[in-house]
Amino acid sequence: MREVIRLESVKKYYEVRSGLLGSKTLKALDGVTLSVGMRETVSVVGESGCGKSTLGRVSIRLLDVTSGRVLFKGVDISKMKEEELREQSFRKKMQIIFQDPYSSLNPFMRLGEIVAEPLEIHGYGKEEIRESVSRALEDVKLVPPEEFVNRYPHELSGGQRQRVNIARALVLGPEYIVADEPVSMIDASSRAEILLLLKSIRDQRGMGVLYITHDIATARYVSERIAVMYLGEIAETGLTTSVLKTPIHPYTILLLNSVPEPDPNNRRRRRLVIKGEPPSPLNPPSGCKFHTRCPIAMERCRAERPVLREYLPGHFAACHRAEEIISGAVSVA
Amino acid sequence: MSMALSVEGLKVYYNTEKGAVRAVDDVSFDLARGESLAVVGESGSGKSTLGLSLIRALPKNATVVSGRVFIDGEETLSLSLQDFRRRYSWKVISMVFQGAMNSLNPVLKVGDQVAEPLIYSGSADKDEARRRAMDIIEMVGLPREFYHRYPHELSGGMRQRVAIAMSLVMNPKILILDEPTSALDVTIQAQIMNLVKDLMERLGLSVIFITHDLALASDIADRIMVMYGGQIMELGSIERVIGEAPKHPYTEKLLASIPRLRSEGIPEFIPGRPPDLSSPPPGCRFHPRCPYAFDKCKSEEPPLFNVGGGHLSKCWLHGE
Repeated sequence: MREVIRLESVKKYYEVRSGLLGSKTLKALDGVTLSVGMRETVSVVGESGCGKSTLGRVSIRLLDVTSGRVLFKGVDISKMKEEELREQSFRKKMQIIFQDPYSSLNPFMRLGEIVAEPLEIHGYGKEEIRESVSRALEDVKLVPPEEFVNRYPHELSGGQRQRVNIARALVLGPEYIVADEPVSMIDASSRAEILLLLKSIRDQRGMGVLYITHDIATARYVSERIAVMYLGEIAETGLTTSVLKTPIHPYTILLLNSVPEPDPNNRRRRRLVIKGEPPSPLNPPSGCKFHTRCPIAMERCRAERPVLREYLPGHFAACHRAEEIISGAVSVA
Repeated sequence: MSMALSVEGLKVYYNTEKGAVRAVDDVSFDLARGESLAVVGESGSGKSTLGLSLIRALPKNATVVSGRVFIDGEETLSLSLQDFRRRYSWKVISMVFQGAMNSLNPVLKVGDQVAEPLIYSGSADKDEARRRAMDIIEMVGLPREFYHRYPHELSGGMRQRVAIAMSLVMNPKILILDEPTSALDVTIQAQIMNLVKDLMERLGLSVIFITHDLALASDIADRIMVMYGGQIMELGSIERVIGEAPKHPYTEKLLASIPRLRSEGIPEFIPGRPPDLSSPPPGCRFHPRCPYAFDKCKSEEPPLFNVGGGHLSKCWLHGE
């Protein structure tokens, strides 16, 4: 499969003022390698503060990397100047859909104007704009387009607004889209609609999609591969089916355990939960960053940072005890 | 023995420029002692308004049009607000409000905020109030020293524990929790759910758990009440509604829309959008989105049919 995006050992650090004179380094991304193929969706899953949104923004150069490379179809765009990004059409080929469909649409603009705006900025002609807008609205099932172009955002439901966001991301014909929690603010009954829509558009257009979510259950339906992040690092990554069926990393195992299912047998049963809260990324633990909350951490985990290794076909984990977990010699949950 | 709470024919309307918005429109149910009832619905279904009306904390533009609410057998909507607050608020029935964890006073120690109702009501002096606040802070799984912390020093999960402590400090018998985990990560959500289960058992609480999440509801509730457009669509034990199968098309479709981690199948969605409650559709409020709707559904509102074992469903599919 051809890769559309590849991140190589990407680091994104922020200097954060602390105290009167001092400053600390916040390692939002601490050496992340990940790729997305054409016609592929990769889910990035993790809790708030794990770096998943930063990863998405870095991958389309909304943020600059501190070190490492970002390759778009093999071309390193991580240090390219803004003019160059535009001239070589990278800005058109990479788009993002944001989480909040309520604040990401200008309330004073009609839908037609909202979706047309990116085309105007890139200097397209009137006729071309009309056609592209129409096609994008059709793609996201806001039909008939003639009826929707004159509406205002407040006339739409959350799900419909999010479809406008998707249409706006599509008009420039991107080859890679970052969808950052696109359904987390939408009513449950409409979520599946948006996710299935994204999937069918991806197939039609052959794009690569990075799907960022805190909801691992949705990742199952939309993505071929999953990356689980913890404190700026990938803890586990692999084929979705493999990661969900045989999770290796203790964090993934416990994360999956936390997800409620509609099953009366769970009632009043206590879940095995991850103790405490994620440590501050300003002061991350030594060694394996999960060791402070891991039920099976050993001395080595406190001292030595584990690297991602392939334990099952196409399935990587960064855990010193991965082999024992897979063989069943130790049990996490 | 009387119920912990009984609601009869409750109607709560909001006065808006567009006219009356029928947020809660003829809702009746009971809550037994020690029972947990999940109220499930999407945004605008009336579930939060229902919760607020039970503790007499509705916003100014909302009116209780009709209905009765019995707590421990006494009708409480006819009491003066002052009377209700003196005798019931916090002491008998209390609520963890939606977003409570973000509504703590930023310049007060969290312990003082937990102790406030004790001092305000005159039921304890300062030292006693502090001691009891520390007890309750410990009970919700935080160290006693957290009494002296300020909200910004706590994580979201910790603040939610403080909000729960505040609701419990006067030893209420009935606790309403409105989306207590919706802003939290799933791992922290699981911690809070475990806490709520512990507290229910330890304190013998009767609980109304308001949520949009059917999966979360089935994690805690004895019975489930599904609301849509201000009305009850289905009400029954969790074993019957979720364990066996929903009887109402809305519940059925809502259940089918949940992405499952551990079973096959692709989630479905419900086309269309929830009704505008200033002019709800005639007949069954769900009929415009219902795949099974027939003529009668468009003109006549169905009653809540008893489909066996106290399981209710508001749908014409169950008969005439």
